[in-house]
Amino acid sequence: MFGNLKGLIMHSFRLGIKDLLVFARDRMMLISFVVMPIFMMLMVGFIFPSQNVLKNVSFGVVNLDEGSMGDRIVLALQQMNRGQNERIFAITYLRSKGTAVDQIKYQMISGALIIPFDFSATISTGEQASVILITDQSNPQVSAAITGTISGLMSSLANQLASQNVAALLPNVPNPQQLIVPFTVQTEGIVAGKPNYFEFMAPGIMAMTIMFAAMTGLAGSISRERELGTLDGIISAPISRLSIILGKSFAQVVRGLLQALLTLILTVVLFGVVVHGSYGLLALLLLLTVFSFIGIGVMISALASQQETAMTIMMTLTFPMLFLSGALFPVQQMPVVMQWISKGLPLTYAVEALRKCVVLGTGISGMMTDIWVMLGFGVIFTVIAIPVFNRAITR
Amino acid sequence: MNMIEVEGLTRRFGDFTAVDHISFTVGKGTVFGFLGPNGAGKSTAIRMLCTLLRPTEGSARVVGFDIVKEQGQVRRHIGLVAEKLILYDQLTAEENLSLFGRLNNLPEEQIKQAIDKWLGRLHMEAWRKHRVGTFSTGMKQRINVARALFHHPDVLFLDEPTLGLDPQTTHAIHEFILELREEGMTIVLTTHDMVEAETLCQQIAIIDQAKIVALDTTTNLKKLLSADNTTVIDVEVANLSEPMLSQLKSVESIASVTQSDTYRVRIHTRNTDNIAPILSALDAMGANVRAINTVLPTMEDVFLHVTGREMRDKVAASVPSVRAHRWGGASRVR
Repeated sequence: MFGNLKGLIMHSFRLGIKDLLVFARDRMMLISFVVMPIFMMLMVGFIFPSQNVLKNVSFGVVNLDEGSMGDRIVLALQQMNRGQNERIFAITYLRSKGTAVDQIKYQMISGALIIPFDFSATISTGEQASVILITDQSNPQVSAAITGTISGLMSSLANQLASQNVAALLPNVPNPQQLIVPFTVQTEGIVAGKPNYFEFMAPGIMAMTIMFAAMTGLAGSISRERELGTLDGIISAPISRLSIILGKSFAQVVRGLLQALLTLILTVVLFGVVVHGSYGLLALLLLLTVFSFIGIGVMISALASQQETAMTIMMTLTFPMLFLSGALFPVQQMPVVMQWISKGLPLTYAVEALRKCVVLGTGISGMMTDIWVMLGFGVIFTVIAIPVFNRAITR
Repeated sequence: MNMIEVEGLTRRFGDFTAVDHISFTVGKGTVFGFLGPNGAGKSTAIRMLCTLLRPTEGSARVVGFDIVKEQGQVRRHIGLVAEKLILYDQLTAEENLSLFGRLNNLPEEQIKQAIDKWLGRLHMEAWRKHRVGTFSTGMKQRINVARALFHHPDVLFLDEPTLGLDPQTTHAIHEFILELREEGMTIVLTTHDMVEAETLCQQIAIIDQAKIVALDTTTNLKKLLSADNTTVIDVEVANLSEPMLSQLKSVESIASVTQSDTYRVRIHTRNTDNIAPILSALDAMGANVRAINTVLPTMEDVFLHVTGREMRDKVAASVPSVRAHRWGGASRVR
């Protein structure tokens, strides 16, 4: 029994080392191994919009106001630009609403603020005045951000004006601001610093990278050996089938962890993501993520006789999983049905746990559900996969 | 003692029967050959004996162990050279050999000795530390053969061992197989090369369309023709033409007609040793006969005789001509 166990471990180890050696000496594989996470990080990190942060947005201003209020608004807009490292708006001054609409249609500007000619006059007569904000509806995210920024600016200007008016009317009130806005909301995070969209993305990308490595790598490597004919040599050797699976998995785990580590380094160095949790827990979670996908990978490679088929099945499985797991978009924003499906995917739990660990600094006790679910997925699929694999290789 | 005993072994893939109730035994120290065209079922048969494929019906024992129930034991005692190379291009010759040595549970010390021994015997010592991916096909096949023999198997399976190799390497592999035969190794090989079968095998099973159609020693197989009173004649005709060939085929006493080159035709008689009717038929069709000989049957004639047709995809028999250059293919320009 122990002799068998020792043999099993030794054979698995030899096969794993062989796989890693073959991999490390294959220049093309090595390049794609390093380039894939870098590419994903750069793509997602730089292209995905960091929410509500506008940079250098072309914006039109049409100031038709005959009084002084219009100029105050324009001045406030310019000052807002000056306060930042990168300007928020690239302002173009336009003559009429028609021009502004045309420019939005041609997408020369992303939005425009129109101050009507009677703006100051209306205010001074005691009526409520309004400005018009036009946005490019083809780009809802930028539109929403512009709306938010301009609304904020306008309400703070309105506040200023109101304070002045209250002070003039009621000189005895010590804090006129309190009269206008009796209470406010203060937001507070549980970790230091302002989280950006990238902190949300980074754990997702790590989980995704590992999932791809575990599933694609494993199935690819088995079906490649099958096609090359070397699998015959391994199968006809007096070793347990389990050691073939273990050896292959061992190599993929090492590869997956290296890739995840690379992803982590990139997120920290390039995007300034801070890991708030412990690195030990992070490593454990990454390992668990690999484990939860190994069984599925083995099963697919057993079912697909050709490398190409294996890859097709893999893509069909991984892409929906990627979008439904919350790796890239928050699950909370999905329709309820999708949220249910999401709960059935191992990647969801991997992403959730990694996010808790990296962004919130949660300890292991706060993610036991995620850990159990990942363990469960791993055990169930591996248990199913081994006999399927055994049958498949001696078809 | 029989090293291999096969009884009614059958393998179907859906509706297709790849191997159809084959039975045979292979004695210790025998070189046994499966001869047949591509797709006849040779590889499927070997794959079943090597436990790579489950039989649909029938049974087989290799070195006394059942190929289904005692797979582990079977694997311990066999070496396999499959149709595709079982080598990793990214590993060196030495690394490949020691990997398979370790998978076969050889102690490290023995692995070292075995590497020296086999690389030496196959004249590949110089390439020990080089990656297999940089080798020529012939060199790869030598390492591949060394890998199969590395753990001293009791039975060596060779699936088309010289397919796609140049004549020198083919010859070298043949010589090597003959050496192993001298040493008493039991070998099962498949080939579609008649000359290879004749050169190497003591026993040949002619396999066609999933069935063994003839099984005997090389000499006895050839006697099949004379037993059926079939004579093989080689005729050289200066004005040989298509119509002439088809006319010959309709002659009563002719069983088969095969054109062997531009001017030569090989004729099997039908149950007769009288060639006079053939001569008069040739004369009647105005054939300019330059030479006529009765010849000893080759394996090709045996195949034609037992299957009624030529090998479907005939490969030019690569008779090794360069006897002086043993392992000539080993030196290569880098």
